[in-house]
Amino acid sequence: MRYLPLTDADRREMLSVIGAKSVDELFRDVPASARLAAKVGGLPDHQGELEVERAFQGFAAKNLSPASTPFFIGAGAYRHHVPATVDYMIQRGEFLTSYTPYQPEITQGTLQYLFEFQTQVTLLTGMDVANASMYDGSTGTAEAVLMANRITRRHKALISGGLHPQYRSVIETTAKWEGFTAALSKTDAEGLEDLIAAVDRDTSCVVVQNPSFFGHIRDFTKLAAACHAAGALLIVVVTEVVSLGLLMPPGEMGADIVVCEGQSIGNGLGFGGPYVGLFATRDKYMRQMPGRLVGETVDADGKRGFVLTLSTREQHIRREKATSNICTNAGLCALAFTVHLTLLGEAGFARLAELNHAKASQLADKLAAVPGVKLLNDSFFNEFTVKLPKPAAEVVEALAAKRILGGLPVSRLIPNDPSVENLLLLAATETATDAGMDPLVAALKEVL
Amino acid sequence: MVQSLDRSQGRAGGVATGSANNHGTYTGNRALQIEEPLIFEMGQTGRCGVDLPEPPKVKERLNGLRRKGTIGLPGLAEPQVVQHYTRLSQKNYAIDMGVYPLGSCTMKHNPRINEKVARLPGIGDLHPLQPVSTVQGALELIDSLAHWLKTLTGMPAVAMSPAAGAHGEMCGMMAIAAALEAKGERAKRKTVLAPESAHGTNPATAAALGFVVKPIPANDRGRVDLAALKAALGPDVAAIMLTNPNTCGLFESDIVEISKAVHEAGAYFYCDGANFNAIVGRVRPGDLGIDCMHINLHKTFSTPHGGGGPGAGPVVLSAPLAPYAPYPWIVKDGDTWRVAEDGAKVEGAPLGRLKAFHGQMGMFTRALAYIMSHGADGLKQVAEDAVLNANYVMAALKDVMSPAFEGPCMHEALFDDSFLKDTGVSTLDFAKAMIDEGYHPMTMYFPLVVHGAMLIEPTETVAKEDLDQFIGALRSLTAKAKTGTAAEDFKAAPLYAPRRRLDETLAARKPVLRWKPSNNPPGIDPLKQAAE
Repeated sequence: MRYLPLTDADRREMLSVIGAKSVDELFRDVPASARLAAKVGGLPDHQGELEVERAFQGFAAKNLSPASTPFFIGAGAYRHHVPATVDYMIQRGEFLTSYTPYQPEITQGTLQYLFEFQTQVTLLTGMDVANASMYDGSTGTAEAVLMANRITRRHKALISGGLHPQYRSVIETTAKWEGFTAALSKTDAEGLEDLIAAVDRDTSCVVVQNPSFFGHIRDFTKLAAACHAAGALLIVVVTEVVSLGLLMPPGEMGADIVVCEGQSIGNGLGFGGPYVGLFATRDKYMRQMPGRLVGETVDADGKRGFVLTLSTREQHIRREKATSNICTNAGLCALAFTVHLTLLGEAGFARLAELNHAKASQLADKLAAVPGVKLLNDSFFNEFTVKLPKPAAEVVEALAAKRILGGLPVSRLIPNDPSVENLLLLAATETATDAGMDPLVAALKEVL
Repeated sequence: MVQSLDRSQGRAGGVATGSANNHGTYTGNRALQIEEPLIFEMGQTGRCGVDLPEPPKVKERLNGLRRKGTIGLPGLAEPQVVQHYTRLSQKNYAIDMGVYPLGSCTMKHNPRINEKVARLPGIGDLHPLQPVSTVQGALELIDSLAHWLKTLTGMPAVAMSPAAGAHGEMCGMMAIAAALEAKGERAKRKTVLAPESAHGTNPATAAALGFVVKPIPANDRGRVDLAALKAALGPDVAAIMLTNPNTCGLFESDIVEISKAVHEAGAYFYCDGANFNAIVGRVRPGDLGIDCMHINLHKTFSTPHGGGGPGAGPVVLSAPLAPYAPYPWIVKDGDTWRVAEDGAKVEGAPLGRLKAFHGQMGMFTRALAYIMSHGADGLKQVAEDAVLNANYVMAALKDVMSPAFEGPCMHEALFDDSFLKDTGVSTLDFAKAMIDEGYHPMTMYFPLVVHGAMLIEPTETVAKEDLDQFIGALRSLTAKAKTGTAAEDFKAAPLYAPRRRLDETLAARKPVLRWKPSNNPPGIDPLKQAAE
């Protein structure tokens, strides 16, 4: 077996050093009733690399790759071009096959890129501090709510109807089992929601998304002021981090915690994961943050270096009193984010955002001209909602039959709600072309 | 065995003085060791590492909320970016470079075929919300891995979506809470039992769910004290959380009796599967009577640790817990694969949703490629070789170092620091000296129940000759420490790493968590400063 270096001769020699007659002897603490006499039944034996690769090509052949077809799905995961350099860099073995930097003397590479990552996140969000990543945007949002509960010592989170439905579900699940109230505001497809009146003295935090799940762009400055007046925190979620190249950052609106899904920068769609959560807050809440933090220091020679720090918040030190149970997070996805954003820089990131907005505007105009299609958004970044004259799920299936991936029927994520049945959510990034948009428009005319 | 209160993980203690690294080059570099600034100290306005077309002119629809002012990101050209991150990479130790015996973390070889198949068009580029008719192969792939995990563990169900081991723990303990709630017992069963040797994630998870964690003592053989456990079980106990093999590297030999006692008391058995590598293919946890167990795909099934993630933590569930598995899961209708998502009519009472989308697909792909490469025969050999390697290390060092418990061990060998008594050398010093010998240190000061613990997990992918050199290095360090005159040398280690010991106290006292222009004292070039 190609991954196992021990030979039979090695094994015999090692057993003699140990003083055991067989490997079975080493397993003698396993109760006899649970010791398998042979390999686990009903499973195939080992295969060569060629056979394994062939099997995965078989899986791939049963899927429709977005690269081979007009593609307009977003809803919290966005198809962007990732420069070849990014994927090359994250596959360097020194990054790929290293672990959490417990020994800073020999993991300065990981520690320094995480310090760069934390800095980039604070710059994009307009916040003071950021951690070294979360699993993804959805789990990061639930952690933000828990953090707000800890800070305010209150137990009611007010959740916007413009927040991604699966993020709402994750918060709801956390609330149910960890014991707080998640007050779910009703679905806000039109972008008219105003939560200010709902903020009261029991509210620990308000969770909003910008642009919203339905694409609307809002200024939350007044909501932030209302939260602060009531002693609550404002949590702003960004599921399309490229939007921060063009939009006012949540920090400038007065957000207390900002959570982003960072997938768009550096990380492919990957059928939903692994992604990378960005998590930023104010200096005063630094010690209430979940997850790993990298800080600057000096070594014994006085040279600048980086270490994991403020670990007294974490599970391996604090155990049942930890701010979170998080251990492993998304280090390599954070590296992909950092390398991609470094390639883009100020000019590239801003232009990427402009391109996304322009492509989405073109798509919106083309679709709004289709009879029966109504654009719901006055504002959007690279994603918007249209109302169709019939259920969107049927339309999307009919488009898929023509090999066009034409957006997300909102009913997939918000089932059993007649008010969203005809809504279709579409995204266009820099990868969209006229050669993709025009077939979508033509096909839509046919299926409507 | 001595109870240790030292939870410093090596943080305590000052930074040793002395110097070996200042060779006085102009650049501060030392041949292949190149000093590297932060990107924020390198950028120039007007440089960019990507070429993007001019955006078409459109009517702006940003609701008047365009960003004012600049972000502050540096501009670098592509070759600068490549050099920067390449140089940073060279400051890291990694499995690809050698023995990485970090106990409890299972740092085994990460095959590159796994990386290749995870990036295939039609797998790596799929959108999670494409119509299910266009992702039939992806759903089949997830179900194939689920089938392997269920069969290898002998468990009837698996929740695939948790993003890492700790997230899997959360999932499993939520399932237990849900089962208790269904029986109307959640309010009265508030206690979770966990050994003092448990991973910190166990008590952190239980506490987050409102359980009160009660420690159960170990016996002098490093296992759970069965009598003490039985005495602790009662109508207030919701569950036991037990790692098996445990964090001392030992198999809980009373586990069948433990699970029987736990179930008789009306409680559930959460098994922390972090150490599954020791028994994969040889023992099915389902045969031991557990109710749920998370599997760290980045440990046992070789998905890359990536500098601290991403991981994946699927949770296998017993029949009593299966109805509470979270959304989503994959179902087959005739020849068609479907995803049961929130709101879908299903049997059972799903506990909710833990994460957006379907779980860590990229990790599923890699783990499945690894599993198929090994097959049932190869996986059995994995466990055997992992256990053999650990016992070989234990046997080859037991005369000079001090094993914490009688053997045989499973996949990791645990030593305490009694062999360093009166030498002036601590576990931390010993570990740092290993760095100069070209090794990543073992896990130290964990588990907490062993004084100055050193937990060595070689894994099955280390060759015997490499283990022999590693053993030789440790014997040499041990001999040096025992001369009683080398403490200063140990305290100065490492000498040859990219950095010497770092001042962790300073980092925590005055946290600097981001770069700011003001971080650098005026007029001082950070690079020159590093060189001096």
